[in-house]
Amino acid sequence: MIFPDRSGFFHPGFFLALVLFAAPAPALAFRIFVTNEKGNSVSVIDTDKQQVVETVPVGRRPRGVSISPDGKLLYVCASDDNAINVLDVATMKIVRSLESGPDPERFALNQAGDLLYIANEDNAEVTVVDLAKNLILAQIPVGVEPEGMGLSPNGELLVATSETTNMAHFIDTRSYKLIDSVLVGKRPRIAVFNRSGAQVWVSSELGGDVSVIDASSHKIIRKITFDIPGLTREEIQPVGVVLTSDGKKAFVALGYANRVAVVDQQTFAVEKYLLVGVRVWHLAFTPDEKLLYTTNGNSNDVTVIDVARERVIKSISVGLEPNDLVSSLH
Amino acid sequence: MIDRFELSLPWLLLSVALAIRVAVVAPARAQTASPRIEVRIGYIARQIPPPPLYDLTATPQDEGVAGARLAIMDNNTSGSFLGQRFDLDEAILPPDQSEVAAARKLADGGDGLILADLPADQLLAVADALKGRDVVLFSVSAQDNFLRGKECRANIFHVAPSRAMLTDALAQFLAVKRWTRIFLIVGQTRADASYAASFRASAKKFGLTIVAEKPWTFGPLAQARGDAVTQGAALVFTRAADSDMIVVADEEDNFGDYVPYHTADPKLVGGTQGLIAASWHRTQFAFGAEQLQDRFLRLAKRRMRPVDYQAWTAVRAIGEAVVHARSADPRALAAFMVDPQFSIAVFKGVAASFRPWDHQLRQPLLLAQPAFLVALAPLPGFLHQRTILDTLGVDKPETQCRWP
Repeated sequence: MIFPDRSGFFHPGFFLALVLFAAPAPALAFRIFVTNEKGNSVSVIDTDKQQVVETVPVGRRPRGVSISPDGKLLYVCASDDNAINVLDVATMKIVRSLESGPDPERFALNQAGDLLYIANEDNAEVTVVDLAKNLILAQIPVGVEPEGMGLSPNGELLVATSETTNMAHFIDTRSYKLIDSVLVGKRPRIAVFNRSGAQVWVSSELGGDVSVIDASSHKIIRKITFDIPGLTREEIQPVGVVLTSDGKKAFVALGYANRVAVVDQQTFAVEKYLLVGVRVWHLAFTPDEKLLYTTNGNSNDVTVIDVARERVIKSISVGLEPNDLVSSLH
Repeated sequence: MIDRFELSLPWLLLSVALAIRVAVVAPARAQTASPRIEVRIGYIARQIPPPPLYDLTATPQDEGVAGARLAIMDNNTSGSFLGQRFDLDEAILPPDQSEVAAARKLADGGDGLILADLPADQLLAVADALKGRDVVLFSVSAQDNFLRGKECRANIFHVAPSRAMLTDALAQFLAVKRWTRIFLIVGQTRADASYAASFRASAKKFGLTIVAEKPWTFGPLAQARGDAVTQGAALVFTRAADSDMIVVADEEDNFGDYVPYHTADPKLVGGTQGLIAASWHRTQFAFGAEQLQDRFLRLAKRRMRPVDYQAWTAVRAIGEAVVHARSADPRALAAFMVDPQFSIAVFKGVAASFRPWDHQLRQPLLLAQPAFLVALAPLPGFLHQRTILDTLGVDKPETQCRWP
């Protein structure tokens, strides 16, 4: 997920308050938008009430979801419609549909909110769309089944993962040229840059690891692996990765291990596993990074995690097969 | 480029309405001038006769090879970033043509990696004829247990699941359901006898009891519609000992589909028909399989079948080995494929790999009824010290395979 600058929300005081009172009492209520892949809908969760307040129909097979930098528009990949639905966050109505290339799965939105980088899973391409003009600017060939799309904080570098080719493709967003392709673990799902832009973290679902890649040399500097007593290696399938903006913690969703790993961003040490729902895939913070939400595809629910205390606080039922999610900005 | 947008009329219309223009044509995919590694893969199979029109489940004439073609495309997409190119040489043989001569011709032409979609006797003839040469065979359809046992060959890798894996998968499911009393009906062919033997071994392994066993003697009723007299006889025939489930051994689809609803007692049916175990199924959409199903459907204009999937997996396994071994040398690739580092994503939740002791691809198997997926084997709860995938098929301590 791409968040615009959230330094306005981030303040050490939030964490201090959480430690002192040990109870989540968000000062701001956000809304979490969850795509239901088999439900063809978006569930809207109010983070104050911690319940679904609305379910809105969207195009077929909704997967990747993102929000505009001003927080006014929601972008939803409607994979089976070969389109991206644009919803007005205020009314939750589809206001337009965008050209996306075939079978869009996930995408990245740039900081200015005017360009969308879309992974076209069925035809091994990345499509770049000018949002204002609804104009395809480029289609860049990448490996088989592109999925994860990570944009560097300065917007100059795009990393696309290809699930069957097993690569992280580095793309220059000014020239639309492929600069480099880095072999990573099997079935890479997500690419996400850290706050400084120096590293890109790539999860490999079947490789069972997260590759931390140096963004300038394109060398893998660390492969983070996970070991959970009582589970086989095959059951540990990393997908979603989010990094706190203070550079301290990373959270990794482990699929059929039904857990979210808490990782130290500096030492890469795995510190803790949080038990969540079944087949946990994607993760999203609230903009203040106090709460983390997970999509649990096979238990059809969303787990709420208190970020500071690193504890699960609630499960919320949503639609059929929740896939991805994003928070409102206000 | 423009073609893609014309494929979908509604979207074209919407595109026009929104005044979309496609501004930039994509750069050509092949970015390297000449590939650093070229891999030639052979495919040898018998011609499949055109089916009679009434056959609802006829074998398509491009079964198998269509999967290999798709995997070649997948390999080349990946290979374009690494300077690797893959080509397929197809030898589809009419009945009177020698498989050994065809295989030699492929090998002489530089195909060091050959997919064999051949029955066991022809597969062994080819393997023995090519023994000592720098050629590795990938068997994509033969399920015989003896090919992984007494008659194993060092130059064959088995991508098709063995019968033992298929019957173990079914037996695991029955054990989990506690449907442990089985009435086994065995057809007249040699393959049926092999399936029945394999099921008996699986039953023993997973604690099922075969309470009755009868040969099927009423002919291919599932193919020719049964008359009333035969139907009556068949009905009486199923009044066997009290069982939880009927398992049919009918690899040629002669009678297995006839049995459900023609029984005396209400009984579920599994085995080669009804609830089946398979490497692939048209209803498999989990674990990202939808992408593979869609790609195959677009290429072949039909649904992917197990042999298509096995051929796809074989070519992808070669591609995966070439990427990591950075070589097209068959011996180097074969050595790497049995290395613990080697694995391949097969859209069934966990990665597949080859067993070093018999070159069998260990993989999850699907348990499916005609229009729905029922379970994935290995079933939860079965444990193994190495990998749970080795709960399916012949394990290392039991193998009768001895490499020469």
